[in-house]
Amino acid sequence: MFKKLLILVLLLPTFSVVASPERDFKDFVNFFENRFPNTPFEDYKNGVYSIDMSAREQWEAMEEFPPYELNVDHGEELFHKPFKNGNTYGSCFDNEGIGIRHNYPYFDTTRNKVITLEGALNDCRVKNGEKPLSYYKGKELAHVSAYIAYTSRGNKFNVEIPNTKEALEAYEDGKRLYFTKKGQLNFSCADCHVYQTGTKLRADIPSPAIGHPTHFPVYRSGMGRLVTLHERFAGCLNRIRAKSFPGGSDELNNLEFFTTFMSNGLEVNGPGSRK
Amino acid sequence: MSTIKMRSKESNGVVTVKALIKHPMETGQRKNKKTGDLIPAHYIQEVHSKANGKDVITIYWGPAVSKNPYLTFKYKGNKGDNLEISWVDNQGNKDSKTGKVK
Amino acid sequence: MNRRNFIKNSMLFAGTLAAVPSVIFTNKAYAAWPKKSFDIKDLKDSINSVYGHNNLEESSKVKLKAPSIAENGAIVPINVSTTIDNVESIMIFVENNPQPLSSGYQLTELAEPAIGTRLKMGKTSNVMAAVKSGNKVFTSTKEVKVTIGGCGG
Repeated sequence: MFKKLLILVLLLPTFSVVASPERDFKDFVNFFENRFPNTPFEDYKNGVYSIDMSAREQWEAMEEFPPYELNVDHGEELFHKPFKNGNTYGSCFDNEGIGIRHNYPYFDTTRNKVITLEGALNDCRVKNGEKPLSYYKGKELAHVSAYIAYTSRGNKFNVEIPNTKEALEAYEDGKRLYFTKKGQLNFSCADCHVYQTGTKLRADIPSPAIGHPTHFPVYRSGMGRLVTLHERFAGCLNRIRAKSFPGGSDELNNLEFFTTFMSNGLEVNGPGSRK
Repeated sequence: MSTIKMRSKESNGVVTVKALIKHPMETGQRKNKKTGDLIPAHYIQEVHSKANGKDVITIYWGPAVSKNPYLTFKYKGNKGDNLEISWVDNQGNKDSKTGKVK
Repeated sequence: MNRRNFIKNSMLFAGTLAAVPSVIFTNKAYAAWPKKSFDIKDLKDSINSVYGHNNLEESSKVKLKAPSIAENGAIVPINVSTTIDNVESIMIFVENNPQPLSSGYQLTELAEPAIGTRLKMGKTSNVMAAVKSGNKVFTSTKEVKVTIGGCGG
């Protein structure tokens, strides 16, 4: 009997290790459903446009003929352009790279790290003798990512966290970054994107945390170009005058892992049009 | 590759045309951050559209029209109309596109 | 420069200058881009340069669709439509822009009086849509607020 109890006690940590992210997800979704009772769950993929009707009208006007269509066209060209060795991006991915956005990020249990789509695109480049590209300034990486996102619209995110210590650590690392107050302004991501959603922060209305990654990369009209999720993370960190991290860093990969897990069940709808 | 993306649809004898044009629409007021020099004005000044060779609308744009400008207009027309949109900018560049109304 | 030359330089006056009731429109020569009108910095002067006068009539038949608060001043969606007949042209003026005349739409009989575009606005301003039919100019004006300085960068 005692032996059975001992085994049960030893097994308990394993259960709580897996239960925590699911509980976090439920807590998140419940929080937002209570805060915005009129927003249907599927609409969270539209970010601030799911909660602010005046901004939504302007976004719908942009969707009449969205500026990012030009970027998707260019992304398609770049996606099909062969590397020096004759291979293309498609050769590194399932389904030739079409319609796969929702499969990222995932935790690679062999390499023990989070693999994002942009990370996988760069891995593909390196594997084929090319240099990895920058996540910033809306260049080739952003364009190829935008094209792949566009081909994946409608597919639902379903991030899984393998039941390993490393995978859970990556998730917890992202979650910790999300909830830690930081920077000169002493804000956490959650301060704006959980607790202050729907309020006015100067001229902006913070958008809910769930659904954030679904529409990246975004075309920002104010900047006249594409912005990847990591560039946006880094931008936000700079805004609150906190230490930022480079695109493709473990910190930002883990943050993407956490925030995408919190968007499970929502559809890919990138690239999104934003101000 | 064309700078003009065009969509047109007929309904009840009215064709709705939507176009998105790839163009910087530089006002000439912005400065190059590195050199401090003004970036020269570069914007579309005229847009013309014809249906089956007949003029539909002539548009005059100034630099206040947004980058990668969007345009929508309507005209009395039919499915299958041969629709053409063309533009000229202040530096003398031009482009045009034709397509059939759906 | 005297007023007559001033008017001559704006093609949109082709009708009034020759005292012809409607703009004559051929498939061949398009009148030159109205540089003078696009360069003018004052709203009243700008309107005057286009129409030769400032007699505008506010009309509920002119529908101007513009946001009350622009998400971003670089790209403000504007739509103008009207139920007024025989519309020759639609002009959009943004009062507080460096040059108020943003764009002009010259319609043939084939065109319907409904246009839309996206404009840059430097700051909060009245946006005025002006519709010319015959000798009259009908308008609709809306204030569009432009904000800067958000936390989103």
